[in-house]
Amino acid sequence: MSESPDSPPVFRTEAVTRVYRTGAVDVWALRGVDLTLAEGELVVLLGASGSGKSTLVNILGGLDLATSGRVFFRGQDLSRASDRELTAYRRDHVGFVFQFYNLVPSLTARENVALVTEIARRPMPAEEALARVGLAHRMDHFPAELSGGEQQRVAIARAIAKQPDVLLCDEPTGALDSATGVQVLEALYEVNRDLGTATVLITHNAAIQRIAHRVIVLADGKVVRDERNAARVLPAEVSW
Amino acid sequence: MTALDRKMMRELGRLWPQVLAIALVMGCGIMVLVGAQATQATLEESRSAYYDRHRFADVFAGATRAPASIVEAAEQIDGVARAEGRIAFQAVLDIAGMAEPATARILSLSPEGPALNLPLVRRGRLPLPDRAAEVALNEPFAEAHGLVPGRTFRAVLNGQLRELEVTGWVLSPEFVYTIAPGSMMPDDRRFGLIWMTEPAAASAADMTGAVNDLSLRLARGADERAVIAALDRLLEPYGGTGAHGRDRQMSHAFLDGEMQQLGVMAAYMPPIFLIVAGFLVNMVLGRLIALERTQIGLLKAIGYSRAEIAAHYLKLALLIGVISVALGWGFGWWIADAMIGLYGDYFRFPFIIRDFGSGALAVSALLGLATVLVGAGRAVWASMRLPPAEAMLPPAPPRFAQSATDRVLSRLGLRQTTMMIFRSILRWPGRAAVTGLGVAASVAVLVMSYFMFDSVDRLADSVFAQANRQQVTLSLSQAKGEAALMDALALPGVHRAEGGFGMPVRLIHGHRSRLTALQAHFEGAELARLIDDEGRVVPLPDRGLVLPEMLARALDLRRGDLLRVEMLAPPREVLTLPVTAIIAQGMGQEAHIAAPALFRAMQVAPQVNMIHLAVDPQAMARLNATIKETPAVAGLADWSEVRRQFDATLSENLLTMVAIYTLIGVLIAIGVVYNAARIQLSERRHELATLRVLGFTRAEVAFVLVGEMMLLTLLAIPLGWIAGHGLARGLVGAMSTDLIQIPFLVTRRTYALAAMAVFLAALGSVMVVRRRLDQMEMTTALKARE
Ligand SMILES: Nc1ncnc2c1ncn2[C@@H]1O[C@H](COP(=O)(O)OP(=O)(O)OP(=O)(O)O)[C@@H](O)[C@H]1O
Ligand SMILES: [Mg+2]
Repeated sequence: MSESPDSPPVFRTEAVTRVYRTGAVDVWALRGVDLTLAEGELVVLLGASGSGKSTLVNILGGLDLATSGRVFFRGQDLSRASDRELTAYRRDHVGFVFQFYNLVPSLTARENVALVTEIARRPMPAEEALARVGLAHRMDHFPAELSGGEQQRVAIARAIAKQPDVLLCDEPTGALDSATGVQVLEALYEVNRDLGTATVLITHNAAIQRIAHRVIVLADGKVVRDERNAARVLPAEVSW
Repeated sequence: MTALDRKMMRELGRLWPQVLAIALVMGCGIMVLVGAQATQATLEESRSAYYDRHRFADVFAGATRAPASIVEAAEQIDGVARAEGRIAFQAVLDIAGMAEPATARILSLSPEGPALNLPLVRRGRLPLPDRAAEVALNEPFAEAHGLVPGRTFRAVLNGQLRELEVTGWVLSPEFVYTIAPGSMMPDDRRFGLIWMTEPAAASAADMTGAVNDLSLRLARGADERAVIAALDRLLEPYGGTGAHGRDRQMSHAFLDGEMQQLGVMAAYMPPIFLIVAGFLVNMVLGRLIALERTQIGLLKAIGYSRAEIAAHYLKLALLIGVISVALGWGFGWWIADAMIGLYGDYFRFPFIIRDFGSGALAVSALLGLATVLVGAGRAVWASMRLPPAEAMLPPAPPRFAQSATDRVLSRLGLRQTTMMIFRSILRWPGRAAVTGLGVAASVAVLVMSYFMFDSVDRLADSVFAQANRQQVTLSLSQAKGEAALMDALALPGVHRAEGGFGMPVRLIHGHRSRLTALQAHFEGAELARLIDDEGRVVPLPDRGLVLPEMLARALDLRRGDLLRVEMLAPPREVLTLPVTAIIAQGMGQEAHIAAPALFRAMQVAPQVNMIHLAVDPQAMARLNATIKETPAVAGLADWSEVRRQFDATLSENLLTMVAIYTLIGVLIAIGVVYNAARIQLSERRHELATLRVLGFTRAEVAFVLVGEMMLLTLLAIPLGWIAGHGLARGLVGAMSTDLIQIPFLVTRRTYALAAMAVFLAALGSVMVVRRRLDQMEMTTALKARE
């Protein structure tokens, strides 16, 4: 499945702002973001530190609320959703991958994935999700027994096992070396290709943008660049 | 203030709910220690000052009738400083406004004024020597009836109804605690003390030139046992009823018993609280230091010495200790005040010398501070030993590795959130154990507190519903033949009358001897029966004595042994009887025998000196009126009234007591569970926030935290039951004197109540922590661990 600009959008944002009020100063993390993300798209989000990338992704993922503006997920207005509705939204539609894998240390790889499949509506078996990220042989290991890259792949397996509609990844390779990072990117790339899961991938690494359908750059809380990749490359061809 | 001190104060400000929880647990132990000891010391000091100032006697003896000259002879006994003789007897009173008769003990006042057991005049004056109708009353009795000086009442004296005039109210060191003979509870309305001039008492009791009650004060260093033996020999020809020291003086012995119980309380409860508090300090500081690992590394890197860092955390621990001790002292004083006030209703001291229990204060402060230091020790030691470079790294994540239990757990097909609970318990068994032990201690303290109600219930049931089913017991002024029962049946409203025969005796086996009473039981008795601890009616063998265990043990007797029985009232025979049965009867102190066996041994016709009556409740008023004017009756015990008062006193105190015990008991559970949950929350913040991010609801996330704590609570409850059972048994042992053996019984109700109270307290504590969890920012999960 490749890009299809005509299919209805997964996300649409209208003039989204996010202001953090810390004491006397207001920090404008987002200053009016208008975006449309299509089904099946793999989007790389770039920008300097503090430009608002995480803030935007958190709002898309229902972890945070916009201060003003509107956010639609397939027509559902997330900016008006209650806490309960956001929880259900995350549970049913969103897969998250973070820089610090956020695995539950007391559960094995398989159990970490099962954590999600137990509450998801149409999950794939935990074993299948782990096989997809190349960890079929390490399923019964605890996070402490896995390398950083392996842990991150468990986190990806956990994110995709529920067959989410969107996959949101905040610097998934940030803590990894180049070779391991490539393995993780491959896992994400394949999920997007094979399952057609719309994916947003935050990174500081400009080289990675070449694997995306589309690259969006944020600066100071605004979109400053939004363009399609004429020619994508495979993760294996990226190195840093 | 140094930067480190400022850091410590901030720490305290941040940890205050946890510090408070610890302080409450430890404060509670200190409160009990200080409260009980201050109360005990106050009673002790007030009593000894009272005894001193009012010349309370050391040795007491009764006789049937001895010449007045016996007093001088008694004073000649080696070691006796002062002797006093008087006339004492029992009388039935008729008080205006009181349907039922009251009884009183009448005591003569020597014309020169009493030399020992000086009554303290609280109002009015003592009777004048030449006024036969004048009397002084003990204050509580007079108060209960409003018998102010100048008022009169009627008494049956030596078979004659006489009018007596009140001249004053007094208190006496002999009657700090007043209880009618054979009664269970003090009753200031129904039992009084009357001081009467000697000539009047002598004529009323037909004792002119004679005495029947002796008090001795001993010289310093005198041998009490030798004096008692000499006095017994001296009184032998005059019907001595056995001399005894203060230990057998009713009022003194009751005070002693009360003080012993306070002492037991001060020794038993505080250690439990202190130990738990020590663990809590360890838990909280251990966690704090683990969290501050990198800061400790930094402090070391910039040049703070190990000792300075250790001192920093020890100071924090000490501060927790100081707060706890202060809290404990404050509440301890408050509770001592409350208890002394409460005792004032039962113990009549003319003055109270308040002792603040300075010993207890010092001991509790030492114990409290030692507890926190020991508790902090391990954690602080660990902080000192961290090499700075290693310390600055984030702590190693908990090592979960596969084990056999994991494979078993995996097979169970549990939900992953449930799995997290089990894994957490299994990976930190030490911490789970501390939580569990704390909860168990809480349950144990409650079982130990509540079981007393079971014991009292059992006691009441055995005394009222089983052993004494009569409404009224009359004591006769002289033993009569069995025909007296027919007369009793003729009294108004009486539909059953059973005889009883009791007599003071001295039991002697080898060199051991005991003053007690012998009760003869008539065949076919249905009202007053001999009941053992299991509530069974004990059949009396047709020969020989039945003794309760305590008495048998005190006399070193086994079944089949022969026992010498000296009667201390007419006909003053000495019998040698075999012991044919020893029964379990915790409250029992008396020897029992079948009436035919006794009278056969005495070679006399059967007699009665007590009559137990079953009475139609409607006829009680008429019965009371008749008895007031029946000279043959020396006293009356109204069992239904005793039961009513017993129940009233109990239910009056019951709710307060249950509330206080519950509060104290569940404090441990609250302190432990709250702290454990807070620590879990701070350690697993990331994990739990991640669950929220993954789409778990607040309730589902809370389940991981609440579930673990409640599972531990449930596991610990049975442990608490077992420990509580043990503690209760120990307490019974420690509180039992040779006068009272508290029956031991823990009902299912007690176990259930203790478990329920602790479960709810634990749930409440963890729910408070859950609120913090609910307020937690999800995005904390996304940032690096601090
Ligand atoms: N909880 C918060 N309170 C206050 N300000 C915040 C908070 N979270 C983010 N900010 C501010 O909002 C702005 C955007 O932050 P955001 O985390 O979105 O940046 P980012 O692009 O993800 O940066 P990075 O690449 O470093 O992760 C920053 O200026 C940040 O300081
Ligand atoms: Mg970011």
